[in-house]
Amino acid sequence: MRQPYPFSAIVGQEDMKTAFLIAAVDPSVGGILAFGDRGTGKSTAVRALAALLPKIKAVEGCPYNCEPSSPAHLCHACQDEGRKHPKSALRPAPVVDLPLGATEDRVVGALNLERALAHGEKSFQAGLLAQANRGFLYIDEVNLLEDHLVDLLLDVAASGVNVVEREGLSVRHPAQFVLIGSGNPEEGELRPQLLDRFGLAVEVRTPQEVPTRIEVVKRRDSYERDPEAFLEHWASAEKKLRNRIVSARTGLSSVATPDSAVETATRLCLALGSDGLRGELTLIRASRALAALEGKAEVGEAQMRRMAPLALGHRLRRNPLDEQGSAARVQRAVEEVFAA
Amino acid sequence: MTEGDRRAPGRDGRVSDGDAEVSGGGGQVSAWERACIAAEAFALAPLGCGIIVRGRPGPVRDAWLKRLRAVLPRDAPFRRVPAAIADDRLIGGLDIPATLSAGRPVAERGLIAEADGGVLVIAMAERLPAGVAARIAAVLDAETVTVERDGLTLTEPARIGFVALDEGCDEDEAPPAILVERSAYFVDLDRVGIRDVQEEADGLDCDEARARFAALAVEPSALETLVNVAAAFGIASLRAPLFALRAARAIAALDGADTIEDSHISLAAALALAHRATRMPADADDSDDAAEEPPEQQPEDEREKDPSDGRNEEQKKLEDVVLDAIAASMPANLLARLEAGAKARAKAAAHGKAGDHQISMRRGRPVGTRPGLPREGRIALVATLRAAAPWQPLRRREHGTTGTARIHVTPDDLRIVLHHEKRGATTIFVVDASGSSALHRLAEVKGAIELLLADCYVRRDSVALIAFRGKDAEIVLPPTRSTARARRRLAGLPGGGGTPLAHGLDAAAVLAGQIRRTGQTPFVVLMTDGHANIARDGHAGRPKALEDAIDAGKRLAAAGVASLAIDTSAPSRHRDSATTLRIAQAMGADYFKLPVADSARLNAAVRKSAQRLQG
Repeated sequence: MRQPYPFSAIVGQEDMKTAFLIAAVDPSVGGILAFGDRGTGKSTAVRALAALLPKIKAVEGCPYNCEPSSPAHLCHACQDEGRKHPKSALRPAPVVDLPLGATEDRVVGALNLERALAHGEKSFQAGLLAQANRGFLYIDEVNLLEDHLVDLLLDVAASGVNVVEREGLSVRHPAQFVLIGSGNPEEGELRPQLLDRFGLAVEVRTPQEVPTRIEVVKRRDSYERDPEAFLEHWASAEKKLRNRIVSARTGLSSVATPDSAVETATRLCLALGSDGLRGELTLIRASRALAALEGKAEVGEAQMRRMAPLALGHRLRRNPLDEQGSAARVQRAVEEVFAA
Repeated sequence: MTEGDRRAPGRDGRVSDGDAEVSGGGGQVSAWERACIAAEAFALAPLGCGIIVRGRPGPVRDAWLKRLRAVLPRDAPFRRVPAAIADDRLIGGLDIPATLSAGRPVAERGLIAEADGGVLVIAMAERLPAGVAARIAAVLDAETVTVERDGLTLTEPARIGFVALDEGCDEDEAPPAILVERSAYFVDLDRVGIRDVQEEADGLDCDEARARFAALAVEPSALETLVNVAAAFGIASLRAPLFALRAARAIAALDGADTIEDSHISLAAALALAHRATRMPADADDSDDAAEEPPEQQPEDEREKDPSDGRNEEQKKLEDVVLDAIAASMPANLLARLEAGAKARAKAAAHGKAGDHQISMRRGRPVGTRPGLPREGRIALVATLRAAAPWQPLRRREHGTTGTARIHVTPDDLRIVLHHEKRGATTIFVVDASGSSALHRLAEVKGAIELLLADCYVRRDSVALIAFRGKDAEIVLPPTRSTARARRRLAGLPGGGGTPLAHGLDAAAVLAGQIRRTGQTPFVVLMTDGHANIARDGHAGRPKALEDAIDAGKRLAAAGVASLAIDTSAPSRHRDSATTLRIAQAMGADYFKLPVADSARLNAAVRKSAQRLQG
């Protein structure tokens, strides 16, 4: 497998890139949905993100990527070890692909077939959800995923815990991951329940300006012709971006969220009539993460303006007659709320 | 520019010399030769892209495939994929017999992994389910195939290309968009007569061409030309110019050239871009383009971003030549498709999961299995046994039974059959009950609806009724299977008042959306005299009312709702007839004028419209 295309070399698509970076800084914003035109580099961006993310510290050999420093969140295996200071190692942050043909047993985990056949032992073989713990789970063409798998994912994504009760096994393990879905609305719409599970939704449009399009094609072509040289060229930009993520993560807790920002978020959601509190929470979290990325000390109007369409656009009640789409509605509400 | 003028007839699909001659940049090339150039260009670098071959099975296609095999790398795999392939054969999975005899899990490779370094040949690509196409597309992008099935995790290299054999016979039938997006070349073999076929390849040294391909330098101007040309034809995807660039390099390499020349770019664009065009260039010179009416907002932006500024004349000239080459090589039916424009696209949008098919546990064509309990559906016996098989040694040990023929099946093994259920259609009648329409003609309209209702009953379609009059539209009858109820409601329908046509169509669009979400296909039948006089805001006034009605019609079309407009205006009122026709055009609707001489003809026409959208 060749090295993925560098994240910093992606031309345009600012919303999508920002959304990914925000999820990298604060996974609690929930999943990212990138929906839109074909050939706009959605998959490329996800693979690029995998290469960009800083490595994580995890208990050595743990199938769930347990974090050694928080004993409360250790998986059953690591707890059983009974050691105060489990040995830890750096490993790449998981960005796990959920391929469309995956079967349920591989997604949630199941009886380990090999051990069962060879030794007659009952043991649990962790699935993709386990691998994705503390990382990202990526589903390309998410609207083509089978419904029973979607239901299962929703359940786990909401609780952060994967409960397996099958083949005589009873296992619980942490499964906290950021769900990244991409797809094209022409293949079918997403169910509203699934839509709501994504924290941020980005509408990916193909760039319209010819110079941008030329730049995209140029970079892609030079990457395909000589990947090593291309990566070399972008290495320092990648490193800079990675450092920005790391410092934003440390700075996140010190970013102040003034009461006025929370009030603005609430007023926005009221104006848009979006149900539930998920919208407000996501908007605040995403704006905070953006402020951290930008090195700001507190959440300001600029961040909220930027994040409102991404955090709220997909939570609006659909109006099939509104040609302008939800982004424009959010924009209008933002103008009204900030003008008041 | 004489060159361009001479080829102008190609723009409307009529190609001179018995369809066998098409222009491809430099000189005249026969359709067969072009198909062979595409095969050779594809074969130089087949990995990561595809080629769509439109044409019926037959000697021409066989000859072309043979030609392709001859130019592909000698030991490259060439694997056929049937449209109905199951995941375990496509992606791979657990090899049950081997697993049982070996006593440990043995993986079976799928077709994709077997095709590593070669091509997949997809038969009947127009019938390939979107899910299978998406799996193949994922492999093209990732260059590996990942098996996460049956307790196995396996990632294998899979650098593949694909040949999609498209046997579709009309515009509606095409390979899944996911594959079209990833195909670099398009070959139309329907244009090739059997006599045009020349079997033998003319001593092409592919290895040498491949070496040249790898070494070819790309001028930035070539790349810019292809990006500009793709944009001019309304091709949104950025894969398209990349593939065209690859095609240009391949053609140059085949030509024995060391640099990409203008003729290579023209031919590459014709092979790689023509079939993706969604509109004609905004500044197209010929008057016969007027019929196409490119989607509104486009021409405006197009002029703004007109790439001509800041570039030299030479490149502009080249772009013109390339544009002409593409226009001349458009598939014969493409222009018809372009005219349909938004309609075709809207229809594509209507496909997919929420469209007219739905996975069901009980009814329809079986399409697969999933874990589940018998109360959820019918047991799939073979799949259940397959799921249970690997565990037998373990379970026997646990249960202490030895060597008996008993099979241990646990609830986890149970598999149930999934069905592909074909959902019915709902016909929404949008009836003009205004004063102008109602008083003297509503009776006739009711008669026509009765006819249609009878037909809906035969097809087991649901019906819904929306009436508009005064200042608003209301759903008189929500979707129901009971045509008798519809008839009663219709008989009691009051008439009189203004004509809020836009309201009626808006209400139809909302209802159509709801119907689609329940998995049914909506179909709108509008009956009006076109005398719209109430605008969306409720104010009276004909011009604004008509404008709103046309806008509402366009939205309905954009939502992918098929429709039929029945003009009930009095025979003497030509002006109303003309407005009804305009609204019908905005809706992309079939149009009829009452009174139709005999009811049977109207009925047959409606049935035809309705059947077309139900497949």
